[in-house]
Amino acid sequence: MTPGRVSEESWRPAARLDALRARAALLGRIRAFFARRAVMEVETPVASRAATTDPALRSLRASLTELGAEAGALYLQTSPELPMKRLLAAGSGPIFQICKVFRDGERGCRHHPEFSLLEWYRPGLGYRDLMVEVADLTRHALDRPGLEARYQSYQELFLDRLGLDPLSADLEVLHRAVHDIPGCRDLELDRDGCLDLLLTHRIELGLGRGHLDFVYDYPPSQAALARIRPGPVPVAERFELYLEGMELANGFQELTDPEEQRRRFAADLNKRASTGLDIVSVDEEFLAALAAGMPETAGVALGLDRLLMVSTGSSHIDEVLAFPVERA
Amino acid sequence: MASYSTNEFRGGLKIMLDGDPYVIVENEFVKPGKGQAFNRVRVRNLKTGRVVEKTFKSGDSVEAADVHDTQMQYLYNDGELWYFMDTDSFEQLSADAAAMGDSVKWIKEEDMCGVTLWNGSPLSIEPPNFVVLAITETDPGLKGDTSGGGGKPATLETGAVVRVPLFVQTGELIKVDTRSGEYVSRAKEE
Repeated sequence: MTPGRVSEESWRPAARLDALRARAALLGRIRAFFARRAVMEVETPVASRAATTDPALRSLRASLTELGAEAGALYLQTSPELPMKRLLAAGSGPIFQICKVFRDGERGCRHHPEFSLLEWYRPGLGYRDLMVEVADLTRHALDRPGLEARYQSYQELFLDRLGLDPLSADLEVLHRAVHDIPGCRDLELDRDGCLDLLLTHRIELGLGRGHLDFVYDYPPSQAALARIRPGPVPVAERFELYLEGMELANGFQELTDPEEQRRRFAADLNKRASTGLDIVSVDEEFLAALAAGMPETAGVALGLDRLLMVSTGSSHIDEVLAFPVERA
Repeated sequence: MASYSTNEFRGGLKIMLDGDPYVIVENEFVKPGKGQAFNRVRVRNLKTGRVVEKTFKSGDSVEAADVHDTQMQYLYNDGELWYFMDTDSFEQLSADAAAMGDSVKWIKEEDMCGVTLWNGSPLSIEPPNFVVLAITETDPGLKGDTSGGGGKPATLETGAVVRVPLFVQTGELIKVDTRSGEYVSRAKEE
């Protein structure tokens, strides 16, 4: 820290005290919700030898220097997903975790490089049933029992809002829709890049206004760790929750096939290599857990800072953080 | 050529777009749940003043604009160009009417002005916040009215027209706020 960065006020929290109290109350309500439903709270390591392979994420690094053979680079988690799945494979039953996750370079009024995630897994439950539970949890956490939930597929959403079919439209049609947006004329994007841009620039702000909007069944190219449902038009069994124009949660019908999982990691690493990102080691312990057998399960991660933004009526994430990175 | 990555974006950063210098007014990081992140920015064209939106893929780089602000003394106008001098190096530069904009209404010889330079040439000129100018013409108004209410138009020596109180007369010096174009007070020769 350079002395010039310390101002008279920078020792103070960015969030007001009532936002800190709202966070404490929110955590209490979430724990009560899961206690009533017999979902066990767990903790898994924040720092691990394996890093995320997701080409859209950058891990923060740490290092272990004084532990003999174990010494070496560690990565801070971008999500607790893989170790939690190892617990499922070991027979944990339903589990949840509240933890900090880290994503390098992500900073804005809805992003902070370190943020709080609630992640939970429901073995035996399908992803559509899990959406209903996410709605229940959100109503309970916000203390808004009457909050309505609406469900729409990704395809219906794009047809409804933009009049184009995200699963079948030609790349040329997607490019034209992108280039019509002010300031986007020169962007060169692949198919998913176009869909991502249309979602963030044309659709997202209108979602979840006064109700919960669930979007489900994504293009297979955006499956991440979700199972792909085969058929004439295959879709990834994945969903997102939007409230007040903001993405709050992302859930999957989890992929359980170790061979398919290994292929997806390899495809991620190929994409990382082609875009000049570092090639990280994949989590072999996780792959071994899948090979040993993980129960069919749905899982979801929900951003707690954004949920707090909604509950406190904040427009900037700093309003709910004690010490944002600039004064951390 | 210097360049900035999108993760260096912040308000005030000067960048080149389509051959013109721009300043970032607002920068927002947007990202879907999974997938491509973008920087959605509002930028002002430093030549035209127009504000437009522009989206970059996060991680992309953009050329830096060689733009900086300095203080220079206004010397004279030759009917086409306005000449300014760096009071340390005595170097002189000329600005055209487009760069001068509204500041021609306010500045007098020897005034210190803010000059925004792009590749060494004046891009825009800012007059001092306050200037003292003589009134060349205004209605005499009613004698003895010192209430200050109402007001009347007065033409200044630079050609600018401002509203002044009724008691202020032709030939007097007044202080004007150039940002609002409003009369501040009577003034003495400095």
